Amino acid sequence: MSETKPEFVEAVDIEITVNGKSYQRSVEPRMLLVEFLREELRLTGTHIGCDTSYCGACTIRLDGDAVKSCTLFAVQADGAKVATVEGLATEAGLHPLQKAFSEHHGLQCGYCTPGMLMSASALLDEIPNPSDKDIKKRIAGNVCRCTGYQNIIKSVHAAANELREA
Amino acid sequence: MRSLPSVSVREATGPTGSPGQPLKHESAHKHVSGEAIYTDDHVAPPDVLHAYPGLSSVAHGKLVKLDLESVRRAPGVIDILTLADVPGQTDIGPVYPGDPIMVNERVEFWGQVLFVVAATSYDSARRAARLAVVEYDTLPADLTIEQGLAKQSLVRPSHIQRRGDAECAIREAPLTLEGEIRSGGQEHMYLEGQASLCIPQEDGGMYVYTSSQHPTEGQKLVAQVLGIAMGLVTVEVRRMGGAFGGKETHANQWACLAALLARKTGRAVKLRLARADDMTATGKRHHFMSKYRVGFDRNGQIHGLDLSLSGGCGMSPDLSDAIVDRAMFHADNAYFLPAAHIEGHRVKTHTVSNTAFRGFGGPQGMLAIENIIEHIATTTGLDALEVRKRNFYRAEDGRDITHYGQKIEQHLIAPLVERLERSSGYQQRRQSIQEFNVGSPVLKRGLSLTPVKFGISFTVQHLNQAGALIHVYTDGSIQLNHGGTEMGQGLYTKVAQVVAQELQVDLESITCTATRTDKVPNTSPTAASAGSDLNGMAARDAANKIKTRLIEFAAGHFGVAAGRVRFHSNRVSVGEREFSFAELVQMAYVQRIPLSATGYYSTPKIYYDRDKASGRPFYYFAYGAAVSEVVIDTLTGEYKVLRVDICHDVGRSLNPAVDIGQVEGGFVQGMGWLTTEELVWGKDGRLETTNAASYKIPAVGDTPADFRVELLPDSPNVEATVFHSKAVGEPPLMLGISVWCALRNAIASVASHRLSPVLDAPATPERVLNACTDLRRRDCS
Repeated sequence: MSETKPEFVEAVDIEITVNGKSYQRSVEPRMLLVEFLREELRLTGTHIGCDTSYCGACTIRLDGDAVKSCTLFAVQADGAKVATVEGLATEAGLHPLQKAFSEHHGLQCGYCTPGMLMSASALLDEIPNPSDKDIKKRIAGNVCRCTGYQNIIKSVHAAANELREA
Repeated sequence: MRSLPSVSVREATGPTGSPGQPLKHESAHKHVSGEAIYTDDHVAPPDVLHAYPGLSSVAHGKLVKLDLESVRRAPGVIDILTLADVPGQTDIGPVYPGDPIMVNERVEFWGQVLFVVAATSYDSARRAARLAVVEYDTLPADLTIEQGLAKQSLVRPSHIQRRGDAECAIREAPLTLEGEIRSGGQEHMYLEGQASLCIPQEDGGMYVYTSSQHPTEGQKLVAQVLGIAMGLVTVEVRRMGGAFGGKETHANQWACLAALLARKTGRAVKLRLARADDMTATGKRHHFMSKYRVGFDRNGQIHGLDLSLSGGCGMSPDLSDAIVDRAMFHADNAYFLPAAHIEGHRVKTHTVSNTAFRGFGGPQGMLAIENIIEHIATTTGLDALEVRKRNFYRAEDGRDITHYGQKIEQHLIAPLVERLERSSGYQQRRQSIQEFNVGSPVLKRGLSLTPVKFGISFTVQHLNQAGALIHVYTDGSIQLNHGGTEMGQGLYTKVAQVVAQELQVDLESITCTATRTDKVPNTSPTAASAGSDLNGMAARDAANKIKTRLIEFAAGHFGVAAGRVRFHSNRVSVGEREFSFAELVQMAYVQRIPLSATGYYSTPKIYYDRDKASGRPFYYFAYGAAVSEVVIDTLTGEYKVLRVDICHDVGRSLNPAVDIGQVEGGFVQGMGWLTTEELVWGKDGRLETTNAASYKIPAVGDTPADFRVELLPDSPNVEATVFHSKAVGEPPLMLGISVWCALRNAIASVASHRLSPVLDAPATPERVLNACTDLRRRDCS
């Protein structure tokens, strides 16, 4: 096995707004956004699952879009607004999606849950009254190995109902 | 404590959380807020090092050169660990030797650990681990079951279960069939990969956080590789992000390696495998090859079965002895075999050592017999459901003894299947599917109802024990600890419900603390579906000890008969007086009554004489059945699962929400094993499906559009399990066999059910297409 020797590269200054708070950091250009969130900011609710953007455990929202933070460099988020699971709840309490996943058993081991919630929140911002098909389409990139998904679909519907009634 | 905490005198309410209620997961609020701590989330000491293994790149060979100079010189590298640095034992085989912690001279699979590097960052460690200069004398590698069998290369001796003279019964039966079927392995794909964090302690001890289903085994092996007493090692597991058997023995190596480097460097060390390496270097479900000869009559009733089950074990024994045994124990599924000869072979291959995976061999054994049933159905022209029913165990006619001598005592399968047949509209749908298929030349539908009978208990008798530890504090709050680990299955929730019921307190007053080897020692793995059966009973025992002490105290203190002390709704009645639970606890504390207790449980009745291949290995059986309907495209092999109906027996459910979650999730995982999840190895023995993009676990779109799940009502366990509940972890996985049978049924319609399709698992679209093509060809000739 031969590969080029890794070299430390000069750090780059970036500014990212995460859950409404601005952070300025110097990071290596190859630092992934998920590493930035977990290691620099200690926001460990965003999980690393597959490293290859398939499983969705690392899903966050970047300027509103649900994206996989394991295949973005932190420097790519420079100047952007990032939302993670830690920012879903407000002073008024848990977000309706958080309540619904909890009450409708949309989770078991909980590892996929933060990513699932972020994808679902992007969906509900866009489609307040989603069909089963809408939900299946928008969480197709978030895998869950535990639940068999039925309760996840139920949870998204329940949250949508609550949000519409609010 | 000088002064006691003030306690509110609560009204008599609740208790909230007793068994039978569909309560949410005890960590649900932490899962949704992102606060739940997994192994990689722990705040590590500031000087923590990151370890990463260097893996072999041949399947079989002699290691002739391992030059680590460039690894050592790589940026950020602090230290390297090789086999020579291990102060203690170097073999970490969980039952039998065969799993060297790092390669000594001989590489036996692609991805075996050669060395481990510790660096200041995860990224530096991973990059450095790739810089080793390694040379091998490559040796020929056995990669398939056939290659291993041909050489009689086995990791453990074969085992045989016999009843009567199967050979004679088959010979004399009106009809006979023979065939073979292969089922593929399965990657666990726990979403949280393998991870450990080890922190050196005084006296040469080690504190280990690890994502493991078996903290005690981790403790034992860390102690052994370090060459220290078990008492100097503490292992803690609060939760896992999924495990499914993949963290029963295969979590140990990473904890041991991190511990060795922590010892060597004197610093905390974290080791987390990247997904591709996790998939390459850790074991999977055993792939199986089964050969059968069966004798039966025109009514579809089996007279005799000769079945050979060969499990591909990989390079070492690991848990393969018990796994192939469990395949043999489930080769009957729910069917009476009047004469049987069942052989189980543990075949060695130069691939990663295969390991526990939900069902533990049971699914592979069950798939073999369900394929035979389908084969019989095609031959006799009977509907497969009819064949199944005619072969069910029943109380009458002496058809209630398994081929390993266990008597079936609770005959649930026939009524359960009848209930599901009715509720799913099986017969009407069978009719309409036949009509649909006649009029549809390309798209064909298939329908199948398959049963599950799954034996509950570890087949290794001594593992059927558990311990618990309960502390009651003077404010009335409670800490609960037991030997079981939480991997998402809801074990902590269920055990807490048991304690809430015993002490008649709210679930909120109970804190489930992390599973730790210094709280409850010498525990068994959380496996074999036995988590709540074992730990629930142990916790109940501990709660009862405290309750008994409180009753004795209250009776003596207030001069009433013990029978007049009653726990109810967060309160305790003592004769005419009434106190809150916390008030009574404070009085007891002041009167020097101990408020902490250990609990213990061991499963009664079970034994298995392996020499005679006979006994009662299982305390009881859990039952279930599923009806699946599929549609296939016979020109492309693509298919969809249209509708699934399930009825599953969990005894008297401890928590119906948790149990339904287990049934739905288990079914989908079983369906994945038999449909889309295909492991592909290259000719060089390298796993080619090393990420979630090439290895397809079911996504939301793969699940049935119409999915109806019911727990069998009014069916308490006849054995004295915790509140007469039943285990639920593994059995539902095998409900997924109904999807495979439905696919087979749809394929068979291509030749109007006159011929039996050959369909190995997983039934990928490619295999479905090939089976259709093969059937058309055979039908024409």
